Amino acid sequence: MKRIKTIETRNLKESLKDGGCGECQTSCQSVANQPCEKVK
Amino acid sequence: MMIHQYKLNGFDIVLDVNSGSVHCVDDVAYDIISLFCEEKLTRDEIAETISAKYPDITSEEIFEVFEDIDELKKAGKIFTSDIYEPRAYDLKNRHTEIKALCLHVAHTCNLDCSYCFAAQGKFNGERGIMSLETGKRALDFLIENAGNRVNLEVDFFGGEPLLNWEVVKGIVKYGREIEKEHGKNFRFTLTTNGVGVDDEVIEFANKEMHNVVLSLDGRKEVHDRFRKYIDGRGSYDDVVPKFQRFVEARGGKNYYMRGTFTHANPDFTNDVFHMADLGFDQLSMEPVVCPSDDPSSLTEEDKKIVFEQYEILAKEMLRRKKEERPFTFYHYMLDLEGGPCIYKRISGCGSGTEYFAVTPWGELFPCHQFVGDSRFKMGDIWNGVTAEETVKDFKMCNVYAREECKSCWARLYCSGGCAANALHSTGSIRGVYEQGCELFKKRVECAIMMKVAETYGEEDEN
Repeated sequence: MKRIKTIETRNLKESLKDGGCGECQTSCQSVANQPCEKVK
Repeated sequence: MMIHQYKLNGFDIVLDVNSGSVHCVDDVAYDIISLFCEEKLTRDEIAETISAKYPDITSEEIFEVFEDIDELKKAGKIFTSDIYEPRAYDLKNRHTEIKALCLHVAHTCNLDCSYCFAAQGKFNGERGIMSLETGKRALDFLIENAGNRVNLEVDFFGGEPLLNWEVVKGIVKYGREIEKEHGKNFRFTLTTNGVGVDDEVIEFANKEMHNVVLSLDGRKEVHDRFRKYIDGRGSYDDVVPKFQRFVEARGGKNYYMRGTFTHANPDFTNDVFHMADLGFDQLSMEPVVCPSDDPSSLTEEDKKIVFEQYEILAKEMLRRKKEERPFTFYHYMLDLEGGPCIYKRISGCGSGTEYFAVTPWGELFPCHQFVGDSRFKMGDIWNGVTAEETVKDFKMCNVYAREECKSCWARLYCSGGCAANALHSTGSIRGVYEQGCELFKKRVECAIMMKVAETYGEEDEN
């Protein structure tokens, strides 16, 4: 039985290399949920 | 390194803050990771502690967990370090393109909602409506300052934008005429109280608006408590049928119902469920933001209720999804696999740098919530952004500019929070709106739990 199960997530450190295009939507909390334009 | 651990709805959840990794673990692994975090004990001492607490677990099993943790460390998925802070300071020096405008096409409103930050739509100033000429110039200004950005957002806001509907349509028409020649794609959006919605508005908005936000607070008595006409009548009976027609005709395009809850209804999930029962399935319900001495302000007692309500909401959403009658809740739409990159997460919402509000007279402010505060006027659409110092302030308005945020596990989800809320609660855009933080963290915990539940079933198998 595996005691630690890991959910697939975007690795934030990896995104230092492939992120930053700026095409995502601006975001008003009134950030985390918006899909990245490249990834989706 | 930073780990956040919590138990919710039968799940033991471990979040590795800096990599964004989420782990669903059993009680044994949960306690082992917790002891690793304390960094006080050797592995043998940890094994001894765990054996004493879980007598049925063999030493071999405990060391298997150690091995799993070592593998995850090697893969960069647990106990990772924060290497982003230097990038946050680079943000100050980078050139930012403008990619979104909030057009205040009408500083007037046909409702008189007492909790509205826009104060009857006038933002504590004069009534006014934007001319078509000013609206067109705003789009030109956006294109001139957007650099290579393709997707440009323009939100029609107010006040109540439908009170200047002909100009809204004229601005959209102009945008469609010029976007192709500039290689741009305008995403127009609309925020409305619903009073002025008719068949013509529905048809045009469903053709041209990428998204619409429809203001509804939930149950009739809740909605009508604040969302009244000038003569004191509630607006629920008028707007609900219009919203239902609007959404039905939208045919699956983006929309969401946006409500506000206050001290009068901390049991806000009843309002969310009411909206779902009315047939709406994309929902948002936000805590009121106002001075703490305001009668609608949430109290410490309310907060306990609200925390519980967020959990009730998450569990009910999981249940309804299973029953194939799902609805979405804005803050629980966490995209773990395809969410934003680290640059976005450390730079925040973009107010005052990538995003500006435009008043009916063409003035620029950092965002819609700063409009009317002359200290934050940043220029205008004819002469551009002239308040360079204010721009620098907003560029630095990120997670790493606040000591409290540096040690917060949720910092890469909230990106430092809302500058306007910080200003209104602490007097500084770099302050920390503590009540907002607490509610935000609770919502993120619930949202991650839902992802775990959807991945590993309703209840943890361990």
